Amino acid sequence: MRPTFSIIFFTVASGAGYGLWILAGWLILLAPRLAEDRNAWAANDLVCAALCAGFLLVSAGLVSSLAHLGQPQRAWRALSQWRSSWLSREGVAALLCYLPAGTMLLACILGSWTSADAIHANSTNWLLRMAGSRGAGAVLALMAIITLFCTANIYACLKPIRAWHNRFVVPGYLLLGTYSGALWAWLLSGVTQASLAPPSLLIGICSAAVAGGLLKLAYWQFLDKPAPQAPDATGLGALGNVRSVEQPHTEENYLTHEMGFRIARKHARKLRALVLACGFSLPALLAALALVLPSASAWASWFAVLIGMGGIFVERWLFFAEAKHAVMLFYGARSA
Amino acid sequence: MTSLPAPSTRKLGLVIDLDICVGCHACAVACKEWNDGGAFGPLPDADPYGAEPHGVWFNRVHTYEISGIGNRESGIEKAGAARKSPCASSIPHSPLPIPAATQSVHFPRSCLHCETPACVTVCPTGASYKRAEDGIVLVDEDKCIGCQLCAWACPYGAREFSAKRGVMQKCTLCVDRIYNETLEPHDRQPACVKACPTRARHFGDLGDENSDVSKLVAERGGYALMPELGYQPVNRYLPPRPRRDASQLKPTIHPEPSDETPMPPLLRWIDRVLSR
Repeated sequence: MRPTFSIIFFTVASGAGYGLWILAGWLILLAPRLAEDRNAWAANDLVCAALCAGFLLVSAGLVSSLAHLGQPQRAWRALSQWRSSWLSREGVAALLCYLPAGTMLLACILGSWTSADAIHANSTNWLLRMAGSRGAGAVLALMAIITLFCTANIYACLKPIRAWHNRFVVPGYLLLGTYSGALWAWLLSGVTQASLAPPSLLIGICSAAVAGGLLKLAYWQFLDKPAPQAPDATGLGALGNVRSVEQPHTEENYLTHEMGFRIARKHARKLRALVLACGFSLPALLAALALVLPSASAWASWFAVLIGMGGIFVERWLFFAEAKHAVMLFYGARSA
Repeated sequence: MTSLPAPSTRKLGLVIDLDICVGCHACAVACKEWNDGGAFGPLPDADPYGAEPHGVWFNRVHTYEISGIGNRESGIEKAGAARKSPCASSIPHSPLPIPAATQSVHFPRSCLHCETPACVTVCPTGASYKRAEDGIVLVDEDKCIGCQLCAWACPYGAREFSAKRGVMQKCTLCVDRIYNETLEPHDRQPACVKACPTRARHFGDLGDENSDVSKLVAERGGYALMPELGYQPVNRYLPPRPRRDASQLKPTIHPEPSDETPMPPLLRWIDRVLSR
């Protein structure tokens, strides 16, 4: 499948954005506990920054996804078929996710709820009370997870593409979204606080990186294993060996352009190594470094985000470039 | 609405005879011609007269070679089994080697108007739909946002994206011909069927057991493409019939008549004159 920049950017950026929102929601869920903590104020600054950065990442991703459409001005129509279409569900979920996120962001901007106690004290301000509540945090995290789940299923539901229609895709999107969100959260913790990142976040980053790397390794192992049996596209296989001797057209057509992408597939091995190194190993090492050497946390987080997001971008590029479509069997492909 | 309608009893579709298709592309050209001006048209090409023309066609005719035909009850099987490998051998008296147990098959590919088409259910806008009354799968090009997910969902390559129009386009089964009362009744067939010079394409109701197309499918063992994917295509392909193996034929070249052959006196004289 042809990797299109707009879609890769969409899934990577909005994935990180939803990851941030999941973490922000999670932090708010734990807010009462944080409030007792000495760092509560700072932690709530982190929540605000995470909401804000998440908003920017998610919005940039969604706008980018519009660039892939042939008729972007009709994009609103995509909200109608949520009963059958994962793409439509994703659109609906993405918009619904803005409700808790937007409300909470508004509350942040109003700047009145840096302490959870303050909100509970001020019973008249229903917006701030609602936005700072555990319920709102839970709703935000849940909606962000649902949106990521829908995004992943846009790909996972496509049976003609073996590289997408498998059990690794949905966990991959969820895990990598949360993981990249955590990298951003680490960066934001440095920016907002100019000091330490919570050790739990760093430990989380390390474990998510290990899990992500293992998941990708398992996925690639699945991809490299020959399919049990490539479908007999023409149905002529029962007669003998079928070989495509003449193509229907002399020039490239939409199908061969879109589904027959093979440029740089030969570099897949090196790119996979790059994903493992930049996407997972280096950020994990940097996080581990920050754990033992807290003074390095601020600059390490910048490197981790830059390198990690670059690695995940390559991962997403490979997700498309390595995927083969069954229609290419008609064009003489050996496997799909 | 991209949710599928209840299965209809009427299932309009095509039956394509791979035995007699000669790969002339007349179906593809006739389709392009009709649909460029039809109700769903136009089908504009990018750079049509340039170095790299690029555009939407609803029909694509592939050509395949089938070699090593060995698992079928025919003369071909015996011929193939007699040799170690079913490769090139020569006809006696022929300077050209021909491959044994090999045949070419021309394979027109178009929308199969599946009964449970994923291209319809993945559509986020409702632009793709399956008609409840006859099962034809269509795209409402005024609603399509051009996300191309339906083309990804189709394993048969039935849908092509028009870069010029920014929407997805596909075979309409010539819905603007088959119900078109301004046409003569015998013309109310898809353009590809009308154009086929070998009558390799047949149009009809595959939901009706007694229709001509259903009988043809039953008689010739018509099959669906990639049924294991579960989309239940309506269109059927009729497999090529077993071929005779040319390498097993007796030489049929008749020796020229020699001079000794008795000829009438007049012819003998003409022969003598011409032989000087």
